[in-house]
Amino acid sequence: MDEKTNSLAQLSCPAPLPAKDTIVLGHGSGGRLSADLTRSIFLPAFANPVLSRLDDQAILNVKGVRLAFTTDSFVVKPLFFPGGDIGSLAVHGTVNDLAMGGAKPLFLSVAFIIEEGLSIAVLRRVVESLRAAAHDAGVEIVTGDTKVVEKGSGDQLFINTTGIGLVPDNLELSANRARPGDKVLLSGSIGEHGIAILAQREGLEFECPVESDSASLHNLVAAMLAAANIESGAIRCLRDPTRGGVSSTLNEIAEQSNIGIQLEESAIPIREEVRGACEMLGLDPLYVANEGKLIAIVAPETADAVLGAMRANPLGKNAQVIGAVVESAWPIVTIRTELGTSRCVDMLAGDQLPRIC
Amino acid sequence: MKFMDEYRDAAIARRLLAEIARTVGGQGPMHKHVLMEICGGQTHTIMRYGLDELLPANIELVHGPGCPVCVTPLETIDKALELATRPEVILVSYGDMLRVPGSATDLFTVKAQGGDVRVVYSPTEALKIARQNADRKVVFLAIGFETTAPANAMAVWEAKQEKIGNFSMLVSHVLVPPAIRALMTSPDCLVNGFIAPGHVCTVVGYGEYEILSRDFHVPIVVGGFEPVDLLEAVLMLVRQLEKGEARAENQYVRATNYQGNLPAQRVIKDVFEIADQKWRGIGTIPASGLRIRDKYGDYDASRLFGLASINVDEPAECISAQVLQGLKKPTDCPAFGMRCTPQNPLGAPMVSSEGACAAYYNYRRHRGGSQASIVCSQ
Repeated sequence: MDEKTNSLAQLSCPAPLPAKDTIVLGHGSGGRLSADLTRSIFLPAFANPVLSRLDDQAILNVKGVRLAFTTDSFVVKPLFFPGGDIGSLAVHGTVNDLAMGGAKPLFLSVAFIIEEGLSIAVLRRVVESLRAAAHDAGVEIVTGDTKVVEKGSGDQLFINTTGIGLVPDNLELSANRARPGDKVLLSGSIGEHGIAILAQREGLEFECPVESDSASLHNLVAAMLAAANIESGAIRCLRDPTRGGVSSTLNEIAEQSNIGIQLEESAIPIREEVRGACEMLGLDPLYVANEGKLIAIVAPETADAVLGAMRANPLGKNAQVIGAVVESAWPIVTIRTELGTSRCVDMLAGDQLPRIC
Repeated sequence: MKFMDEYRDAAIARRLLAEIARTVGGQGPMHKHVLMEICGGQTHTIMRYGLDELLPANIELVHGPGCPVCVTPLETIDKALELATRPEVILVSYGDMLRVPGSATDLFTVKAQGGDVRVVYSPTEALKIARQNADRKVVFLAIGFETTAPANAMAVWEAKQEKIGNFSMLVSHVLVPPAIRALMTSPDCLVNGFIAPGHVCTVVGYGEYEILSRDFHVPIVVGGFEPVDLLEAVLMLVRQLEKGEARAENQYVRATNYQGNLPAQRVIKDVFEIADQKWRGIGTIPASGLRIRDKYGDYDASRLFGLASINVDEPAECISAQVLQGLKKPTDCPAFGMRCTPQNPLGAPMVSSEGACAAYYNYRRHRGGSQASIVCSQ
């Protein structure tokens, strides 16, 4: 131990650390605490090469067929919110996790964990929404499960969906493939899902109500892949910035590729009402969840073509280049302010909004 | 967005910076202006936009004690933690307070272990919870400066009007002017100009700052919270300093006037009285806090739950004391960014988004060569 470390160990402070032996809500926030949990508990237990890539989906080679495989659980409160509900969200979330691997989504499973006392009418409404979202996305729900728990053991309704999709040959997308010089593309304005949920929960009313951006992104992805030559590997990585927001997603990419990411604050699209709500509530839109947006890391020579393809799709019409990948001695995300200074953009530390997906 | 974009306008900011550079006189250590922004919200903006880096080298910004979470004494946190473990209590608080470490644990952990702890944006929401849970005792952890005092006072006043018997407040309210007085009388103080907290003055006006300015011959400018506000406040201070003047001025005219909000002051005065107050990291400052008056004693959680006896000695080693008084920068702390991070805060200024340590950590870690940037690479 060198002298400096030694002196730090002896430093005393009036506020000792709280015990770290309990799960707190922040462990489910998609930020730093969630990452710690994955690294310290799940990865060591399940270690294998597919899992350790830590992408949104596993890419499996089964007898020459490349499958994308993913799962996601939905515990959003309230069940119904402007722009969607737990049913449509359960389809969009899993479809998008497949799409971020470049896959064409094919089949979903749906598992319901229902709290005793839920009205059948509510369940019907959610199921109809699930059906419609799956139909719109062109996926079939082919298996499922139902469990009912005692009153007080759940909160109305939790849903898990698992999905399988087909990945084109020669397509490699992964968060560890970003290289200095690459462009960072964002498919549209951020923060709408998180703010829609929060506004609903807190009974906040805005002149123009904010709706969740919840949507299936696989067609947008297909258009982007078509615009780039798949074999060139020009699209390095796709990610949907859900819980933890854009900042957490970019920090994950920076860490997995061991690079820096430099953003331009003025280039990040944020709708006025979302900005206003964030100002009022003291939130940073970079940390607020999205359910219908994606981030693409793209080789510089292909960025314009991919951006054009995104803007030609209704779900990417406000797409922007928001920054670039840079060399860095350590993984870090920075942002250049409109005043020309720059600051660090960290991963979400704890919990910004409760139960948003 | 109206009333915001114009105060973040890069062209206006550049004009103000040029004017500051023109106004400030000679260079070098003999001609140095040390300016303190009082409010944590202002510190946050300075760090977020890197304003300190845009100013001439002989203007130094130091950060004041205006982070309500940071100066709330450990014993108040411990009282809240004790209340939160009681099955009959619903403890209601602002979100930031949940992560502040007490002596042994924090509210998030107590919540995870079954304590009924709820986060609200306003004390009136706590009143609503009390109305909806007549069989439980709802305690609102009321902390903050003059800014939050009217809403907190109003909640107590309303509870009494409506005879809501299951609502009370655990109060730790602090006042800015006595803190400035304490800073200025300290022999270590190097500050020669203050940016006063705009929102505090929106409530109480800035008459008291005039007195402070006269007593200590120090210029004080009431400042807003956007980059253009702060740069304009710096310019106003530098103009006074260069002329050897010392007056209280108001930069934040769109929100603040001389007398402040009189109805708000009335309700504060009705519910609260001025009392000696302990500040975390600084110690007790005479007549620097608010406590609930006897006539509202039924709404004072400290009295209701017999909490007055809890008393925690706060060791004096933590550098947050010096950080909160502007004597040191967060990066002067050997634990900064190493053992002390927002995930594992050792002291309150690393917890709150308004805390100076958190602002440095969140926005400044990409600077090469510092200890914190080394941590970033791990």
